[in-house]
Amino acid sequence: MDIQTVSLAAIGSHLLVGLSRAMILFIVSSGLSFVLGVLRVPNVAHGSLYMIGAFAAFSISTFVGGGTTGFILSLVFAPLFVALISLVAERSLFRFLYEREHLMLLLFTFALMLILGDLVKMVWGADYRSIMAPEFLQGSVSIFGSPFPVYNLFLLAVGPIVAVGLWFFSNKTKIGKIARAAAVDMEMVGAIGINVSWVFAFAFVLGCFLAGLGGALVAPTVSVTLGMDHDIIIEAFLIVTIGGLGNMWGAMAGSLIFGITQSFGVLFWPQFAIVFPYLAVVIVLTWRPKGMLKSVW
Amino acid sequence: MLQDVLKHKSTWTALILFIVMLLLPPFIPRFYTYILTVIFVTALFAMSLNMLVGHGGLFQFHHAAFYGVGAYTAALVFTKTSLPFWVGFLAGPLAAAIAGLIIGLFCVRLSNLYFGMLQISLGSLIWAITFRWYSLTHGDDGIHGIPVPDLIASQKGSYYFILIVLGICLILMYMVHKSPFGSTLQAVRDNPERCEAVGVNVRRHKLSAIVIATFFAGVAGVLFVVLERSVFPDLLFWVLSLEIFIMCLLGGWFTFGGPILGAAVIVSLRTFVGAYTEYWTLILGVILILLIFFLPEGLVSLIPKIFKIGTKPKDGEDELNAGG
Repeated sequence: MDIQTVSLAAIGSHLLVGLSRAMILFIVSSGLSFVLGVLRVPNVAHGSLYMIGAFAAFSISTFVGGGTTGFILSLVFAPLFVALISLVAERSLFRFLYEREHLMLLLFTFALMLILGDLVKMVWGADYRSIMAPEFLQGSVSIFGSPFPVYNLFLLAVGPIVAVGLWFFSNKTKIGKIARAAAVDMEMVGAIGINVSWVFAFAFVLGCFLAGLGGALVAPTVSVTLGMDHDIIIEAFLIVTIGGLGNMWGAMAGSLIFGITQSFGVLFWPQFAIVFPYLAVVIVLTWRPKGMLKSVW
Repeated sequence: MLQDVLKHKSTWTALILFIVMLLLPPFIPRFYTYILTVIFVTALFAMSLNMLVGHGGLFQFHHAAFYGVGAYTAALVFTKTSLPFWVGFLAGPLAAAIAGLIIGLFCVRLSNLYFGMLQISLGSLIWAITFRWYSLTHGDDGIHGIPVPDLIASQKGSYYFILIVLGICLILMYMVHKSPFGSTLQAVRDNPERCEAVGVNVRRHKLSAIVIATFFAGVAGVLFVVLERSVFPDLLFWVLSLEIFIMCLLGGWFTFGGPILGAAVIVSLRTFVGAYTEYWTLILGVILILLIFFLPEGLVSLIPKIFKIGTKPKDGEDELNAGG
């Protein structure tokens, strides 16, 4: 932990790395937060869907022979594939539990996590997989005098686009407004003739789509493997808890805190880098037990 | 109190079961003795969780953290110091209870879901530290070959030791369950607002329950060390917490002895099904879905139906508590 050796350039590049990591975290945790906001269920299977997104991106990209086309196709179809899985699970089983205790909904998503984890093992095996970023996103540029991967800059652009899109969707479109209303008072929404079950299905699928998108986006930067679901789900849980359950901007703030503390942890004390974000969580929750921003319920 | 307890059929069932377990080892193969011991440890762990989840209505989502703290503390005392065995044996549960107190202090201020999610985060923090603090915990490798006294080091010795500790813990837990404290805790579960209104300090009750339950989780952790003589970070992993949750659900939340049955079923299935397939978690997931849809009150709720008893509960007899 020698402070002397930490230069300004290193701080700058770690800040950027932390920010781009935060964008992935945001995309995943905003989906989790959206499901929490509307259905009031922490979707434990969210991490598994993220993992499936990454594996699906690998398969799609390999199938069409990689390159830019493969990358774009994987970004489009991997999240759609994940959304399809979640739609099937929701319509075939999950929807019958809406009238039951919340604990049962949560345990169902846990069962889903166990099943999906093993299905991934069956389909893709336990090997490490990796995909290349397309050519126009490869290489690195010099920022603050140190090299910075172009792909991370791409992530820095995608994160805000998703945030604005999600904001636009939930505040400016009719279905988004209905979903938010169902989050606050589901009985009233039902009473004015809206099919609440389908609103829930829609919210669930949209949240899972974002998990898949996060997985597809992260695939070129990490090795895709079993077990990546457990790491991300804990991180996403923490982020939505410190942000405020169901609050999208809270998910953004939480992701930024998480990503930046993590990357500065690597800079200052690599062995215990993993501990810094958790400490940040403890500090935030001591200060504001219900998260930084107002939760939707 | 003792006379009341002796009137119950379930008390005698439990006593007979205990004696059968004491007499069993010479008549069964070594492997089954081992499986039974694993069941005892897991059952104590599940019982301690059910104290909070079933009887207290708390979203205790990361109970394994305390199990692991108990196990690691005992393991460290056994390996790094030359203190007598009983010091480590007590240090484990105490450390778990202290961890429970600290995490509980943060958690009890929050309502259900926040409680659960904060607990997952704080428990994962303990896991992360254990995983990374290589010089103390040997990280991913864990600690192996932990010395325990010769008397309980043999397979039969550990079997009897763990069975007797389990018996003592169950009696203590039953006393807590039936005490005014235990009844108040169940009242807090069913209607916290009313309890607050009649002057019960809800938060303090929840916190005390967490400390007691994490203490017993710590005992289970130490028993794990006695049985396996090794510890590893998976003991604190979040997925284990949820597996124990399933055992409580399978046995029956609202019963006293249900989690023992749940632990026995899951451990046996894992042992015998796991020998044939590598997709054990898939099967566990399917079991969980079946439970949610068809048997939300657990296996113990089937007993009265099978034996055609208890369909008309007698006066003063609590049907829900007939499981022990």
